[in-house]
Amino acid sequence: MPVDHATFDPARRRALLAAGAGAATLALPRLAAGQQPATVQARPIPSTGEAMPVVGLGTWITFNVGNDPVARDTCAEVMRTFFSAGGRMIDSSPMYGSSQPVIGHGLRKLGKPAQLFSAEKVWVGSRARGRAQMEESRRHWDVPRFDLMQVHNLLAWQEHLPILFEMKAAGRIRYVGITTSEGRRHREIEELMRKHPLDFVQLSYNILDREAEERLLPLARERGIAVIANRPFREGALVRALERHPLPSWAAEIDATTWAQVVLKFIVTHPAVTCVIPATTSVVHVRENLDAARGRLPDEAMRKRMVAHVEKL
Amino acid sequence: MSEWWTYTLSDFLLFSPRTYYRLFELHNAAWWPVHFVAVVGGVAIVVLARRGGPAAGRAVAATLAVAWAWVAWAFLWQRYATINWAAPWLAAAFVVQAALFGLFAMRPRGLALASGPASLVHTGLAVAACGVLAYPLASIVLGRGIAAAEVFGMTPDPTVLATLGILVLAVPAARWALLPIPLAWCAMTGATLWTMGSPEWWLLPAASVLSIAAASRQRHGA
Repeated sequence: MPVDHATFDPARRRALLAAGAGAATLALPRLAAGQQPATVQARPIPSTGEAMPVVGLGTWITFNVGNDPVARDTCAEVMRTFFSAGGRMIDSSPMYGSSQPVIGHGLRKLGKPAQLFSAEKVWVGSRARGRAQMEESRRHWDVPRFDLMQVHNLLAWQEHLPILFEMKAAGRIRYVGITTSEGRRHREIEELMRKHPLDFVQLSYNILDREAEERLLPLARERGIAVIANRPFREGALVRALERHPLPSWAAEIDATTWAQVVLKFIVTHPAVTCVIPATTSVVHVRENLDAARGRLPDEAMRKRMVAHVEKL
Repeated sequence: MSEWWTYTLSDFLLFSPRTYYRLFELHNAAWWPVHFVAVVGGVAIVVLARRGGPAAGRAVAATLAVAWAWVAWAFLWQRYATINWAAPWLAAAFVVQAALFGLFAMRPRGLALASGPASLVHTGLAVAACGVLAYPLASIVLGRGIAAAEVFGMTPDPTVLATLGILVLAVPAARWALLPIPLAWCAMTGATLWTMGSPEWWLLPAASVLSIAAASRQRHGA
């Protein structure tokens, strides 16, 4: 596939990254105690410098509630809390059952919040059906266009990536990405990151699943590719396991009041990570997740201490 | 699917237990009081299966055909498909099963029931009665409340359970033609419930093993 070097210049991306530092919070600050910013901290998307709050909202399982009117309204309230707390990115996929129409329901109910950053995926085996699926997804969300379109788990990426770059050039999407989860197909992901002008890569990364630190995260920095971290809580299992133990005293040093915040703060302080997308159906939890993007954050020494502590539990 | 060995059952679970059991609440609320008709139909197939004979064999097959078709449309297609994109395929399998029962309903002897030894008949009737009468109560016992009860002829699991019991009583030709789809459902629902951590996950897989064992015994004894 030909690479459009006009839009794929790592040096330009790094320059944009530096330029964006003024508008967004480029290097996440280590604040003194009591200095809590009113807004969530953000990182620039390397390819444009656009500021992205470091905590987004995933919808896997949690937003697949079918036609249940009560559950749909609960999801809408989660979205309301998410936006009012400063969140932007909502991520979904045609694979996630009814998540897309549930997001659409929430967006209509909230009057289409302007700060939404819509992240979708194409998940089908053929080129022709890919176009139809993306259009159906857009209708479900009820948005004029998606901000980010990703190839879900690299399914038929050879078919879809050229279309996504074509759509980006035509202004029908703003960013192009690829996704994987749970450490799968990292070699292929790495190859695609090297060969194609990707804006985003989505992968699994958390305090215990750190395989991406070896090659993919450094490569993302080098190539100026934004990183979305999925499955931060291992679908809740990680936090449930951690919550059997008392919160360590060092959590106060990074303004974390829960294990979930410890986990999120660890993820978003990796320098290559742009955004993490925890999923929840709880208004309390979504507020707690966004609060992880405020206050003090761990430095490198603290990150090592966090890993050592959690691995011993 | 690449790196298939890295996948676990939980990777295929698209919904939370709360969403899954809410489906039954919404389904029951939408179709109440059709449940009475369904339960009467369920009790009727147990009674008719016990009586046996050609007319009973045809009536039981016809009733099961209606039950499977209704579950396919009202539950799998209309409701389960809203949270599981594979549900239309499951609905199609239920329609095939309904059609098979329809074919047997048109045969002179229907399913030709109650033809085996007494212990086999009792096993089959007990399993069928369990599907019709006991299964709906599981929702109460497990703390989900009567509103989320799963009822024969309304939802898949009790319908499949009752069907397994009836098929134990059927002649081998009918049994082996009609068992594959219920057995496949038992494996699938068992896996789904186990992944969700539902305590009753073992029930349908156990019933399927029991049914195969009982049916095989009759075959060997015949």
